[in-house]
Amino acid sequence: MISFEDVSFTHDGAQSAILRDVDLTIPEGDLTLVIGRTGSGKSTFLNLINGLVPHFTGGTLRGRVTVAGMDTRTHPPRDLAGSVGTVGQSPRAGFTTDTVEDELAYTMESLGFAPDVMRRRVEETLDLLGLTTLRRRSLDTLSGGEQQRVAIGSALTAGPSVLVLDEPTSALDPAAAEEVLAAVHRLVHDLAITVVMAEHRLERVIEFADHVVRLDGPLRLEEPAQAMGGHGLQPPVVRLGHALGWDPVPLSVRSARRLAQDLRHSQPTAPARRPAGKQVADVMSATVRFGQITALADVGVRLNRGQITALMGRNGAGKSTLISLLTGSRRPQIGQARVGGTDPADLQGRQLLERIAYVPQDPTDLFYTDTVAQECADADADTGFPPGSAWNRLTALVETVDPRTHPRDLSAGQQLALALAIQLSAATDLILLDEPTRGLDYPGKAVFGQWLQDLADAGSSVLVATHDVELVAVIADRVIVLADGEVVTDTDVRSALTSSPTFAPQIHKVLAPLPVLTVEEACLL
Amino acid sequence: MTETLTLLTGGATVGAPRWLHPGAWWIWALGLGAAATRTTNPLLLGLIVAVATLVVSARRPQAQWAGAFGVFVRIALVVIVIRVVFAMLFGVRIGATELFALPTVGLPEWMAGVTLGGPVTAEMLYIAVIQGAQLATLLICVGAANSLASPVRLLKALPAGLYHVGVACVVALSLAPRIMVNVRRVMLARRMRGRPTRGLRAAAQAAVPVLESSLDDAINLAAAMDTRGYGRATATTARERALQATLVLAGLVGIALGLYAVLGASGWGWLLLGLGVVMAVAGIAVAGRRIPRTRYRPDPWGLPETLTAGSGVLAAIAVMVFATTSLTVPLSWPTLPPVAVAAILLAASPAVLTPSPPLPWRTS
Repeated sequence: MISFEDVSFTHDGAQSAILRDVDLTIPEGDLTLVIGRTGSGKSTFLNLINGLVPHFTGGTLRGRVTVAGMDTRTHPPRDLAGSVGTVGQSPRAGFTTDTVEDELAYTMESLGFAPDVMRRRVEETLDLLGLTTLRRRSLDTLSGGEQQRVAIGSALTAGPSVLVLDEPTSALDPAAAEEVLAAVHRLVHDLAITVVMAEHRLERVIEFADHVVRLDGPLRLEEPAQAMGGHGLQPPVVRLGHALGWDPVPLSVRSARRLAQDLRHSQPTAPARRPAGKQVADVMSATVRFGQITALADVGVRLNRGQITALMGRNGAGKSTLISLLTGSRRPQIGQARVGGTDPADLQGRQLLERIAYVPQDPTDLFYTDTVAQECADADADTGFPPGSAWNRLTALVETVDPRTHPRDLSAGQQLALALAIQLSAATDLILLDEPTRGLDYPGKAVFGQWLQDLADAGSSVLVATHDVELVAVIADRVIVLADGEVVTDTDVRSALTSSPTFAPQIHKVLAPLPVLTVEEACLL
Repeated sequence: MTETLTLLTGGATVGAPRWLHPGAWWIWALGLGAAATRTTNPLLLGLIVAVATLVVSARRPQAQWAGAFGVFVRIALVVIVIRVVFAMLFGVRIGATELFALPTVGLPEWMAGVTLGGPVTAEMLYIAVIQGAQLATLLICVGAANSLASPVRLLKALPAGLYHVGVACVVALSLAPRIMVNVRRVMLARRMRGRPTRGLRAAAQAAVPVLESSLDDAINLAAAMDTRGYGRATATTARERALQATLVLAGLVGIALGLYAVLGASGWGWLLLGLGVVMAVAGIAVAGRRIPRTRYRPDPWGLPETLTAGSGVLAAIAVMVFATTSLTVPLSWPTLPPVAVAAILLAASPAVLTPSPPLPWRTS
C-alpha cells in the first residue's frame, strides 16, 4: 500500500539527514503508529506519505515513496489528495470554509466530484463520525474534539485509502481524545482504511495499533508488544508490566487488570505528597465575561508555596482565562487577583519576572532573536543569572540542540523546552504553565516533571493547566477542575484522580479501587 | 438605534432561515453605491445610508466577518473629515459666503498656482462635505455587502476561473483577525519576560514574532489546502495559458478605463466597459476549463435573490435617470425627487423580503 524504498530525507541547510535508509512497507487496512523522541522526524515521516515532503517543504529526498501505486516524487500533494487524507497537528489552522458541511465537501469540490456524489458522501461521513447534529454549525463554535473529528471527516469524504494523522489527540482533553480515537478505530475496522498516526501519548493509542514504527529505533514494522520493550518510550501500563516482570507485557488497561488481580488485594501505603506552604496567590470570587459568554463565574482559587497544582477541564472551560488573571494580563469584571499581596496587573519589568514565570500555550511567542544561544543569553541578562544557566537547563530537557538553530526551526517539543528554560530561569514565586507537555516525549516529560517538582520543593508555587492525566498523577499535589467557568473540584490529587473515570490515570484504572496513581507507587505494593 | 430598527423588521421572515445568495447582496449594495455616485443631493445620500443600515441590522448574521459594517462606517466618516480638511487647506476658493479665514502660507515660486490656506467659504465646505459623503455612502454600501454576504460563500459562487484569485483574497481576509490575536499573545509574552510593551522599540521587536506566527498560520493553511487537492489543474498547452492571460489582462484594463470614463460621464465609456467585460469573461471562461472544480450545494438563486438584486439595480437606474445632479454655485436647497426616493425606499425591502440568515447555534 505505502512503500518506502531506501528513503533518506535531508532538510534544506541541515547537516545530516533527519530520516535515513527507511525501507519498509505499510500494509493495507492496518493502523500503524509512528513513534520517536521529540524531533526525531515523525511529522517528516508522515508528510513523506502525503507528498508535502518534499514538494511543499523543499529538502533532498533520496529513494522512493509509493502510495497507492503513485510515486510521490512525480505526484504533488494535490494529486495525491484523492488517495491520501491528511489531518495536521492543529485542525483549526487547516479549515478553509466556515461551516461543518462545507468543510466536509471541500476536498471533493477541489477534485471535481459530481454534486450528487458529494451530497451522498457528506451524509455518510456525518453519520460515520457522529457529526450529524453539528452539520450546519460554524466551525468556530466547535469544541476541540469536534474540530478534530470534522478535520478527519473532511479528509475522508474524497474516499482516500490512506489517512495520515499527526498527533490527533495531543491537544485534546481525555474525553475528547477518546471520542476521536473511537472514530479512528471505526475507520480502520469498518472501512479498512490504512491509518498512519504519529502520537506521543502512547497510553491513549498503543492498544489500537497493529504495527509500530520506531524512528529512533530499528525503522521497520514491529509488533506493538515488541516495540514496547527496553527503551524510553513506554506508557505507564507498559512500564508497570516491565517493573513487575509480567510476560507478555500488557499494552492495554484491560489486559493489565487481568494480570494485576493479586496486586489489588494488597494494602497500599500511599506516600504523602508535598504539604501546602504559605499562600502566594489568591483569586477571589472572580467573574470574567466576554460579551454574552461567561468565561469564569465566581471562581475562588488559592495557591500555596511548595505545591504543584494541576488545572484541568475541557477545552474552553476557562483554564486559560484563570491563568490570564494570575499573569495580570486581564482584570476580572468582578472580584480580584493577588500575587504576593499585589495585583499582578500592576507589576512590570523585573518586578514581574521575579514573582511570576509564565510559559504560554504557543512557546514561540516568547522568542525574539534568531538563535537559541542568543535567546538563552538574553534570558540570563533579564533574570540576572550567571551566563549559561538557561542553556544548561535547555540541554537537560532536550538532548540535542544546535545553539545556532533558529528558535522557530526547533521541533514543537524543543521549542517548549527552550520556552521553559528561559522562563524558569528566574527564581520565581509563582510559575504558570499553559499546556506545557504538548509534543514532549516520555523521557522529556519525566525530566520536565522532575524539574517542576524541584522548583516546588524549592518553595515556588506551580500551576499547570493540562490535559495530561499521567503527568498530573506523577507531579501534582492538588487538582482543580473547571467546567463551564466554575470550579467543580478542588482537592488533593489522589481523591481527584481516583474519583472520576475520565481523569483516572492508567495505573489507577489497572489497580482500582486502590488509590494508586503511578508506576512507582504500584511497585511499593 | 439598531434595536429600534430590529424591532421594526426583525420579526418578519420569508421562509425558513437560509443564506441569501451572496451575489444578490453584492448587486443590491453596488446598485445603491452606484446611485450614491450619481447624486449630490444630501437627502438622497442620507436615505441610501439609512436604507443600507436598516437592511444590515435586520439581516446581518452572527459571524465574525459580519462586523465589517461598523468598520466601513468609521472609515466613511474619516473620508469626509479628510475631504473637508483638504478642501480648507488646498481647495479652490469659490463662493461668496466667507465664514472665516485661514492664514495663507507663502509657497516657493516653483509651486505657483497652489494656494495654502486663505478664506473658507460656506460653499467650499458644503461641496467638500457632499463630495466626501458620496464616497462615504459608496463605502457604507460596500460595507453592508461585506457584512451581509459571507466572503467564503461569495468565493464559492465565483466562476472557477476566478477561483484562485478569490482564495487568495479570502485567505488574506481570514488572516487579518488572526494577526490581531497574534499581536495580543506576543505582547502578553513580552510583558511576562519583563520587557516593555509600549513604545517604538517594543513594537519593532514584537513585529518579528507576530509576522512569523502569522506567516506560519498562512503556511499551515497552504499545506492543508494542498493536501486537500486545491489548485489541481488539468493539463493545458502554453498557447491556452497565453490566450487566457491576454484576455483577462486586456479585459481588466478595459473595465478600468471604461469605469473611469463612465464615472466621468463620457459617451465612449460604456462601449469600453462592455468590451472589457466581454474579454474578461471570456478569459475567465477559458481559465475555468482548466479547473475541474465542482460545487457542493451552491446557494440557490430564488425569488428573494431576484427581488434583492432588482431593488438595488432599480435604485441605481432611478437615481441616474431622475436625480443625477452636480454641485453648482450658488447653492440651492435640495429637493426630493419622488421617483428616486421611492426607488431607494424600495431597496429597503430586502430587510423583510429575504430569509433571515441561519444562527450559528452557539457563539464563542
